[in-house]
Amino acid sequence: MSQFVQQLVNGLSLGAIYALIALGYTMVYGILRLINFAHGDVYMVGAFVGYYLGRLVSAGAASSSPSVVNFFLVLGGSMAACALLGWVLERSAYRPLRKAPRLNALITAIGISLLLENLGQLVFGADPKDFPTLVERTSLSVGIVTFSNIQLIVIVTAIVLMLGLQYIVHRTKMGTAMRAVSFSHDASGLMGINIHRVISFTFVLGSALAAAAGILVGLYNPKIDPLMGIMPGLKAFVAAVLGGIGNIPGAIVGGLIMGVAETLTVGYLSSTYRDAITFVILVAVLLFRPTGLFGTTARAKV
Amino acid sequence: MIRQMVKLNWLRGLALLALALLGVAACSQNENVIRIGVFNSLTGGTATFGISSTNGIKMAAEEWNAKGGLLGKQIQLIVEDDQSKPEEAAMVVTKLVNQNRVAAILGEVASSRTLAGAPIAQKAGIPLITPASTNPKVTKVGSYIFRVCYTDSFQGAVCARFAVQKLGLKRLAILTDVKNDYSIGLADYFKRDAVLLGGEIVSEESYSEGDTDFRAQLTSIKGANPEVIFIPGYYTEAGLIAKQVAEQNMNVKLIGGDGWDSPRTVEIGGAAVEGAFFCNHYSAEDTSQMVRTFVANHVKKYGYVPDAMAPLSYDAAELLFDAIQRAGSIEGSKIRDAIAQTKDFPGVCGNITIDAERNARKAAVMLQINQGKLKVYDVIQP
Repeated sequence: MSQFVQQLVNGLSLGAIYALIALGYTMVYGILRLINFAHGDVYMVGAFVGYYLGRLVSAGAASSSPSVVNFFLVLGGSMAACALLGWVLERSAYRPLRKAPRLNALITAIGISLLLENLGQLVFGADPKDFPTLVERTSLSVGIVTFSNIQLIVIVTAIVLMLGLQYIVHRTKMGTAMRAVSFSHDASGLMGINIHRVISFTFVLGSALAAAAGILVGLYNPKIDPLMGIMPGLKAFVAAVLGGIGNIPGAIVGGLIMGVAETLTVGYLSSTYRDAITFVILVAVLLFRPTGLFGTTARAKV
Repeated sequence: MIRQMVKLNWLRGLALLALALLGVAACSQNENVIRIGVFNSLTGGTATFGISSTNGIKMAAEEWNAKGGLLGKQIQLIVEDDQSKPEEAAMVVTKLVNQNRVAAILGEVASSRTLAGAPIAQKAGIPLITPASTNPKVTKVGSYIFRVCYTDSFQGAVCARFAVQKLGLKRLAILTDVKNDYSIGLADYFKRDAVLLGGEIVSEESYSEGDTDFRAQLTSIKGANPEVIFIPGYYTEAGLIAKQVAEQNMNVKLIGGDGWDSPRTVEIGGAAVEGAFFCNHYSAEDTSQMVRTFVANHVKKYGYVPDAMAPLSYDAAELLFDAIQRAGSIEGSKIRDAIAQTKDFPGVCGNITIDAERNARKAAVMLQINQGKLKVYDVIQP
């Protein structure tokens, strides 16, 4: 029993990271009907920005500033850098294709993904890097479960970011505009909403969340490399589909389910099925509930 | 139709001509040197293996060249990077054989990658010596494939004996890298010998090279309450696994194989690998004259104390050059025969006698990580 609970804790920490990435997929899809395959690579860039910032911070400030401050500096810096990257990608790669068939944008997304992966290998080098230790690991025992302070940080940070996102989407003017644009581009354009700005903002928001996921994974499993975004990117995509693509709470629940499913598979079956389970879930969702858990019934557009 | 065929024949003719020219160019490519191919992982997941190994080989070649070379010619090393990938290893060995026409090949530390390259060398009749691939399957590829290190059947037995008899710990767990021939082989031999000695395997879990999250497996292992976790993997994962073991508050001893031998094990693992043991080929603290000279020369040339991959590769290169000298020729079959006849060749990592299976029988050392340094804990003779 304690083992099962322990596995759940492991799965939820992993799932929180998937959920953060999945949010970016689902927001962009909700607004543009575009699956941004470069999203997993933005997460990789986030981890690398964190790697360089982390080394700078721990070298520069020495041990004078507390680790919490360092962590927030790195997290904030990396989120800002990736927000900028998201804006640049949208402005340069996707906006020129706004009126083109949807397939063109999808292929561009795959192209950007390959570009980032190979540029990453060129700039950062293909060797895996050790993410700097921003927070010293300690383990805490609560009843029958043991978890590390890092797992706690991962889950808490993810929850805070998700609440923040929920606030932006439902309580701010920009969030209202996002929801309007996702409903209909033309109508919201006619209502005076600057669609381009809203779409840019969506990319900025999604990329910042991906960067946060990159930092959290760097803390959690401190080994990063330029191809680290491929698998988590795919898994987060499946998580978004599982929750109902375009649906924000769906992406969070989907991500958590994916993390738990993966951990339980490794823990009770075999580690060789770690990645297979993702695609089993994808196939099952597509067969039995193509709209996902929280998806509304698919509107057939002719 | 006919015109098309004519055109096609033309193209074929041109292609043939180009190939022939390339061939001539390759053959006439400076024949007063002896070309030796080296393939290693200079980048990618296990880059320290390849870099360290290639440095050892370069040291040997430079020493021979300074002494006047081999058969009156200079040794030219052609070094190829396989990016730590087996597919890439097969490709670069093909290149070394067909394009560079090397006399012999030195390489790969990792068994999976040597196994990918060896069949190509074997088919071309070019001798290949691996410095550090310990999986028994490697030299079974064919009569041209040799090694200068012990095999995993010995290494597995050493680790099992160490855990069960020396430490007296009987509840054993194994965490294997299922994508890695070396890891699977070593785990099997460890299991076989540990059970024979009265140990009990309480848990067997697996991971794949490149994984970063091992918590699910470790949680299962923890449930079985072992005293030892045997991790026959490479240094990249070993350090991360150790960290996650520490996170789970487990009271266990960690034991690994020679795949842990890299400065990065301690860099990645930090405090979590303190007190862990691993089986290795040599210790830089050895006081014998050969080791001291080698370590001193290596430090002078590269500025750091070498791990075992450098002296093993140095030995492999020295043995190869010595065999070519004895063969008096760079013909593949003659070099092969000379290597096969090697007896009591003095190497930095012990004397080498090549047996009928083209393996070397050598002693192993058990090292313990102590305050970030490797200390010899035990020496086990074959």
